[in-house]
Amino acid sequence: MSVDFCGLSLTHPVINGSGTFDAIAARTAFGEALDENFPFAAFVSKTITLEPRAGNPPPRLWEAQAGLINSIGLPNKGLTRYLSEDLPELARLPVPLITNIMGSTAEELVQLVGACEAHEEIAAIELNVSCPNVHTGLDIGADPVQLHRVVAAVRPVTSKPVIVKLTPNCADVAACAVAAQRGGADAVSLINTLRAMALAPGLKGQPTPWLGGTTGGLSGAAIRPVALAQVAAVAKRVSIPVVGMGGIQTSAHARQFLDVGATLVAVGTESFRNPIAATRIARELAA
Amino acid sequence: MSEASPPTIVSSGGAIPRTLAPFERRLLTVTANESLGAYRVLKATDHGPQPAAGQFAMLASALRWGAGEDERPYLPRAFSYARFTGGEAHFLLEDVGPGTHRLCELTPGEGLYTLGPLGTGFQPPEDGRRALLVGGGVGTAPLAILQDTLAHATVLLGFRDAPHAEGAALLRDAHLATDDGSVGHHGLVTDLLSAELDRNAHVTVYACGPPAMLEAIRALCETRSVPAQLALESGMACGFGACFGCVIPTRDGYARVCVDGPVIDAQRLEHVEAHA
Repeated sequence: MSVDFCGLSLTHPVINGSGTFDAIAARTAFGEALDENFPFAAFVSKTITLEPRAGNPPPRLWEAQAGLINSIGLPNKGLTRYLSEDLPELARLPVPLITNIMGSTAEELVQLVGACEAHEEIAAIELNVSCPNVHTGLDIGADPVQLHRVVAAVRPVTSKPVIVKLTPNCADVAACAVAAQRGGADAVSLINTLRAMALAPGLKGQPTPWLGGTTGGLSGAAIRPVALAQVAAVAKRVSIPVVGMGGIQTSAHARQFLDVGATLVAVGTESFRNPIAATRIARELAA
Repeated sequence: MSEASPPTIVSSGGAIPRTLAPFERRLLTVTANESLGAYRVLKATDHGPQPAAGQFAMLASALRWGAGEDERPYLPRAFSYARFTGGEAHFLLEDVGPGTHRLCELTPGEGLYTLGPLGTGFQPPEDGRRALLVGGGVGTAPLAILQDTLAHATVLLGFRDAPHAEGAALLRDAHLATDDGSVGHHGLVTDLLSAELDRNAHVTVYACGPPAMLEAIRALCETRSVPAQLALESGMACGFGACFGCVIPTRDGYARVCVDGPVIDAQRLEHVEAHA
């Protein structure tokens, strides 16, 4: 069941959520079998920023009820080393590459998008807008006005499809999706993780956050009903394609997201439980 | 328990032993779940590739995982191979949380999902050095499969008390220390290590155990200029480099225990962090 997504021809409708699969590390663990049986119809990179980031101090993980809270902190090599070291490796994958980028200002995003535009190995660009505005502290993606501004700023810089990864930590995700579409986005993807916190066990009376980053993002089966509601709300309000994700574990779950209006679905935390979960989901969807 | 054939090593760069994992979660059948003092030894048929000593697998029970009254366990758990012989993988378990509790309940015939072998293995000793295996608690496991590959090794193990010290039965000819003095030396395994290095420092130390023990071993080996390979532990969601959750600080930044380790040359670490 091949799918047209923003002009990209994909062999099936299942991709990965950004930051939930490292194809280069997976090649180290599984060898060429990774490329021969690649689970996703397109590969979304982890978030790339202009400067290198070490990420948050550990602990970075907390297993929640039917879910996972992570506070990874977007560790990455920075744009220059991503392009010189990782891009040639990712270009060897048998599927189109979507590069996910984040900047804290429109100027940073323009610079990142401009760099991606110059590389034909990159088929599409996903904007991670779950980044606090340096002045207001609010996530850019949570404010329709700011979101429209940054999408409109990067739109003229590239002819590649631009996907806006929406944050669920906002008042009205559909309003944000509409703002992204008005700014010139070719697609929206959602949901990102839900802001969450876990306390260190055994410290009664001294509430101490477990995660090195204090709060983190909740993913996994626990968030699926929330994700389905947000994807349905967004799909009703926009005319551009929607990538739906959040706790998808089976083809039945994926079908629900497609039924409420998603063009593609993404698998994230389930790949941690089984790295070829997406293969099974895609096969069952096609049956 | 010493009949294991030497591992078939596929190296993916440098001299780091690393058998590649089949790219799928495989369903094994539990063959035994045996009591070993405070621990259990879980055995399952495994027709997958022979792991290099030090590598690990992500385990989850086929049933009642991601369900139950509080929906935990949800993610698979990482365990070093304790032994791999005759198409059977052995893992050493201690019931300390929802994941290990569920695995400790498994009975012969039940299903066990596994993804592995994953991570790096121990490198053989160089320059005619003798292998000196130092471990503690459930960290004894990777030293057992390592001993199977070595012609000669000295083994020093530390445990909390006598029930835990029964875990030493996984290895041959182990010298023991216990915190409460009920078995062997009354004190720390690093006391034994220090005395052993006084006798013979032409060794490579292979260590696995709780962070405080590993840090003491690392510091001692640094002081005595003895090469050491440490098998580290960290909470993991995936085991194959996807989640970036299991990082530890090294001299050149954070490293993922699952793909850059779990076996790491001690020289790469300034110190072993407590809550790895």
